[in-house]
Amino acid sequence: MSTLLTHVRKRQIGQLIDTGKRLDGRNLTDYREFTIEEGLIERAEGSARIRLGKTEVLVGVKIATGEPFPDTPNDSVLTVNAELVPLAFASFETGPPDENSIELARIVDRGIRESKAVSSDKLVIEPGKKVFVVFVDIYVLNHDGNLIDASALAAVAALTNAKMPNYEVKDGEMKIKTGYSPLPLNSHPITVTMAKINGKLVVDPGIEEEQVMEARLSMAINDNGNICAIQKGCPGFFTQQELLEASKLAQEKAAELRKKLDW
Amino acid sequence: MSEKPEKLIDKKGIRSDGRKADELRPLKLEVGVLPNADGSAYIEHGKNKILVGVFGPREMHPKHLSQSDRMVIRCRYHMAPFSVQERKSPAPSRREVELSKVVREALEPSVFVDLYPRSGIDVYIEVLQADGGTRCASITAASLAIADAGLPLRDLVVGCAAGKIDDTVVLDLYDAEDKLGAADVPVALMPNLNAVTLLQMDGILTPTEFETALNMAVEGCKKIYVIQKEALRAKYMTAKEELKEEVEE
Repeated sequence: MSTLLTHVRKRQIGQLIDTGKRLDGRNLTDYREFTIEEGLIERAEGSARIRLGKTEVLVGVKIATGEPFPDTPNDSVLTVNAELVPLAFASFETGPPDENSIELARIVDRGIRESKAVSSDKLVIEPGKKVFVVFVDIYVLNHDGNLIDASALAAVAALTNAKMPNYEVKDGEMKIKTGYSPLPLNSHPITVTMAKINGKLVVDPGIEEEQVMEARLSMAINDNGNICAIQKGCPGFFTQQELLEASKLAQEKAAELRKKLDW
Repeated sequence: MSEKPEKLIDKKGIRSDGRKADELRPLKLEVGVLPNADGSAYIEHGKNKILVGVFGPREMHPKHLSQSDRMVIRCRYHMAPFSVQERKSPAPSRREVELSKVVREALEPSVFVDLYPRSGIDVYIEVLQADGGTRCASITAASLAIADAGLPLRDLVVGCAAGKIDDTVVLDLYDAEDKLGAADVPVALMPNLNAVTLLQMDGILTPTEFETALNMAVEGCKKIYVIQKEALRAKYMTAKEELKEEVEE
């Protein structure tokens, strides 16, 4: 986007926000309408697609077996990856993941990992030798802002949707039985992202708001209302006061989304 | 090899390395340590040993990355293969890519980027030994290195973490506390502007604990800031003396 346009747009967005409104008519703390559909990909053990406004993210969960990490022999392995697919946005390019997609994956990863969303102790086949590996692959299909919350919501929805084959372990060997069980989960973390524009906090920034925001803050909130991950982004800053305000706002919004999602 | 303590903090509130809850590790800062870099700094923060070199402002290479209205800051946070217990591959890990980004974004608010259009600076951070809290120590040193390169700054940026070990919120986690503790909250601050430029967290904290940790980290930053400013001043005091000697000769 050209610099001149950004400055003009920035002023317009800022002035609107000063009056408590946003480009698309939302209040500062409103999320866009969203829908989540689960189980669209039959080949995946779990999947979910979210449409948050025009942002669209598909998440697939694959479950395989592998070796645990040496320092956590009694836990399954979680791997989160994000693809900013080139068809989703003009400036997304082919090639290895750039810092934006790595950051996105790591924010979603931290929310799931730190809230202990996946019951990793229940997914061990042979301690220290063989455990389940849960792959969460985030596929951004259309970028219209706030990929973080969209991806985090879709990832947890896909985990909720995930089924794994029944199995039994005999003499260290795993035998697949008939039927499926849901992937065991402990928690449903909800990530709330806020943008600072003109010194004010807005929830769920759209694409143009992201292009003009001074700074960004994402907070993952677990089922008990505790904070399980935070990431500040963008080359701007927050005052201490703003951060405490943001923390409160994130609590409120997470509770609101949790009620809506029945998680 | 660091031994794993059974309890991270005892009944008297003393931590496994002998510190109190709100006590920083020993800190040593030096400015202007690399002859070839335009600006440089070295930090020892606990057992962390980190070297930062800054090149620029200089013409961007490749040229198409330059911005017509501002300077571009590039940053590489990199860990030496021998800096940790198990050898780390020198290829950049996903963690290092993310940290390079958040460290850059923590430093950028301090720089008047619009004063240097079409130019760029490169901030190279090499963690020679890691002991927990490397991103914060890197920021403290990198900000000094940028100042040493002669760039005017809004303020120095200083980093310090707080976290939770067992049930206590404490300042400046070292390696074992970081790995075995309940939460880690790295913070970077421009103290004169009360501007938090980096904030991350992992682990679980109640909103009240988060507030305590944030305040504690901010206070830690302010203490390090005093040492940081002193280190910058020290370089110019030495330079002044050297100049005086030359004139006298």
